[in-house]
Amino acid sequence: MANTAQSATAGHGAEGSRRDFLYLTAGAFGAVGAALTLWPFIDSMNPAADTLALSTIEVDISPIAEGQRITVSWRGQPVFIDHRTAAQIKEAREVNIDELRDPQSDQSRVQKPEWLILVGICTHLGCVPLGQKATDPKGDFGGWFCPCHGSQYDTSGRIRRGPAPRNLPVPAYTFLNDKTVRIG
Amino acid sequence: MATSSSSKFFSHPVVKWIEYRLPIFSFVDHSLGSQYPAPKNLSYWWNFGSLAGAMLSIMILSGIFLAMNYTPHAAMAFDSVERIMRDVNYGWLMRYIHMNGGSFFFIAVYIHLLRGFYYGSYKYPREVLWWLGVIILLLMMATAFMGYVLPWGQMSFWGATVITNLFSAIPLVGDSIVTLLWGGFAVDNPTLNRFFSLHYLLPFVIVGVVVAHIWALHIHGSNNPLGIDTKGPQDKIPFHPYYTVKDAFGLAVFLLIYAGFVFFAPNFFGEPDNYIQANPLSTPPHIVPEWYFLPYYAILRSIPDKLLGVIAMFSSILILFVLPWLDTSRVRSGRFRPVFRWFFALFVLDAFALGAVGAHPPEGWWLVVGRVATFWYFFHFIIIMPLLGWFERPLPLPASISEPVLGGARPAGAAVRSMEKN
Amino acid sequence: MRKLALTLAASAALVALSLAAPVRAEDEIKLPSPGWSFKGPFGTYDRAALQRGFQVYKEVCSACHSLNYVHYRDLGPAGPDGGIGFSEEEVKAIAAGVQVTDGPNDNGDMFERPGRPYDKFKAPFANANAARASNNGALPPDLSLIVKAREGFEDYVYGILTGFADPPADMKMMDGMNYNKYFPGHQIAMPPPLTDDRVTYADGTKATVAQEAHDVVTFLSWASEPTLEMRKRIGMKSMIFLLVLSGLLYAVKRKVWRDVH
Repeated sequence: MANTAQSATAGHGAEGSRRDFLYLTAGAFGAVGAALTLWPFIDSMNPAADTLALSTIEVDISPIAEGQRITVSWRGQPVFIDHRTAAQIKEAREVNIDELRDPQSDQSRVQKPEWLILVGICTHLGCVPLGQKATDPKGDFGGWFCPCHGSQYDTSGRIRRGPAPRNLPVPAYTFLNDKTVRIG
Repeated sequence: MATSSSSKFFSHPVVKWIEYRLPIFSFVDHSLGSQYPAPKNLSYWWNFGSLAGAMLSIMILSGIFLAMNYTPHAAMAFDSVERIMRDVNYGWLMRYIHMNGGSFFFIAVYIHLLRGFYYGSYKYPREVLWWLGVIILLLMMATAFMGYVLPWGQMSFWGATVITNLFSAIPLVGDSIVTLLWGGFAVDNPTLNRFFSLHYLLPFVIVGVVVAHIWALHIHGSNNPLGIDTKGPQDKIPFHPYYTVKDAFGLAVFLLIYAGFVFFAPNFFGEPDNYIQANPLSTPPHIVPEWYFLPYYAILRSIPDKLLGVIAMFSSILILFVLPWLDTSRVRSGRFRPVFRWFFALFVLDAFALGAVGAHPPEGWWLVVGRVATFWYFFHFIIIMPLLGWFERPLPLPASISEPVLGGARPAGAAVRSMEKN
Repeated sequence: MRKLALTLAASAALVALSLAAPVRAEDEIKLPSPGWSFKGPFGTYDRAALQRGFQVYKEVCSACHSLNYVHYRDLGPAGPDGGIGFSEEEVKAIAAGVQVTDGPNDNGDMFERPGRPYDKFKAPFANANAARASNNGALPPDLSLIVKAREGFEDYVYGILTGFADPPADMKMMDGMNYNKYFPGHQIAMPPPLTDDRVTYADGTKATVAQEAHDVVTFLSWASEPTLEMRKRIGMKSMIFLLVLSGLLYAVKRKVWRDVH
């Protein structure tokens, strides 16, 4: 009995290698099948169609007057869209970049100078800075003021004072035409 | 009986390091592997235990991923299931796997149970093994019942209402029990929420009972189609590779049939009414449970009294616990019991008849057939099984599994008596 | 083997017998079946029929029936298998053609805005009570799952749409009800929605009642089961895979067991 069991699994010579090939093929098929079956389960954890549908939003920017700012929701986060005045643009570009905590030129943060688009989450600990409404405090640099721990951003959304380490992030966006921008 | 390939495995230094600290590999080898001996004559009817185990794993896996997207609130449950079907990547696949998996789990378990009936697997010394199996069946029924409520369709809601209302038949405390179950004055959000919690919990309780079930099995080993004890190593073969390979083949065929339903007839076992959101103000014209509950539903409705109907329904499963004693035959396997085989076939026919009755309203001929079939169900267990044992003349049993030739046969009684002494 | 075959045959017969009897004794009516491109293991949705059906839904049915589980994006490239075949631009245009309620705005008010692809199909009524009030107390059901939610599925819905007729002489119709051959009880609150040339098809197909019914039922079948084509495609591959795997494992089993047999 032990012998038959032994010869059933051990390979001996040509007969054995043909036997092993069959076992190998069946085993490989089974393993591939298991992997192919597992993939849909893992993929189900990826963003679903309704989440992906909101991964980009198109915003009509034609009603935003010069000097006006609006907030839109994108991927669950607030996005600031600022229609800058010429004065604000000039102010942003006259800053000495070497003095910035997070050195970035204003030109590198905008596609069209009059449209500043930022993710409105303070890079310190995640509060939403004030400055979107006309009545909001904007801090000393004309940009945004975070009430949680006092970070202040300038008219390019760069950190100037306070504990935040980085500038307000710029999301990926595209101007579809003069009136519409697609964020994301 | 170690093979050359497994002794190579066990001499590997990494394996030895782990084995010294936790002998997990030799444990598996002894319980399922090349060191676990099984009768060499097991037929394909012995595949259904491992198939049931495979279905349990599939149900747990698909259930966990469904739960990542399901919302157990009455106002959002139906919508969340539709979101799974439409928006979640492969959500439709997981839903259909889980939905049809329930049916295939019961198919495997019912065949596994009928195998036990026919071959006397519940008899000495496997009574506790049988009890653990019946407990698994009861837990499966509770899990399936609660699971069906979760999509919050019309059948979900009204099936839950009808079945929970049954408990009001209990004298004195019935209504309080029903209120406790509901968490309110009708099936509503509290009921749904607790059913979700319990539906997630019970499968893991089932896993625990399955471990005990397999442990009990391994004490005396599997029964076999001849129903006689193994006499020595000549009657046995190692579980690995013989039955691992046979189980793998059986699993592939079972999955093929299962896939046929999941991909090409996913709503075959279902009810269209469950694609309508639950409406407490509108009862569907025909409330039907899932197919695997139909025989018990038929038994319930065949008895005009509410409390007696409930008792009959539960008794139809509880009676399985005493089957080892109701069956007085000294011979295990139906293969050597020529009269029993006819009654077994009749029993299976009776079960299908009860299932058909359960799908129809209890009127006219259906009610008559239902009552006859219910009577016969209990008559089979309570009267037929004991009488058969006493009066049936079994065929002569073979001497052993390895020598099935009748020349070496001993009288059936003597064989069984010596069997019981082991 | 023979015993196994006999047992399987007997079980199959038993199962067939228990399923054969109709569930509802009174529904002896045979449903009409014009044939559907999506039935069978290789079935697919006819994109042209889907788009015509969508037109029928939009111009006829959407006046009373919502389609709450379908989003505008499902019609186009973001939908399963490209939806009903519209381009992203067409989807945006269809969505923008309706006004949806959004809000609250900074003043706390709800406001109207043009639809976007990620919006659900706009419902004709704000809620069930409003729907009933506009329809003599009857509630036009949501159509997102109607094909899966009725015994007879697409044949049944097709039957309802084409089954309006004059009631037989001995039938007393209740107030405001219409006679329908296939509706259980034969009295349906919905008046016949389709007539010849009720819509003018963009692709020039002749719009008979039968054609309109076929197209809208195809669209509604898609709405009930948008992932059907994906399911059958993956299913075919899975079944072939499992067939090959079963064959391989059988060969392995026979090899391993050769000594014991």
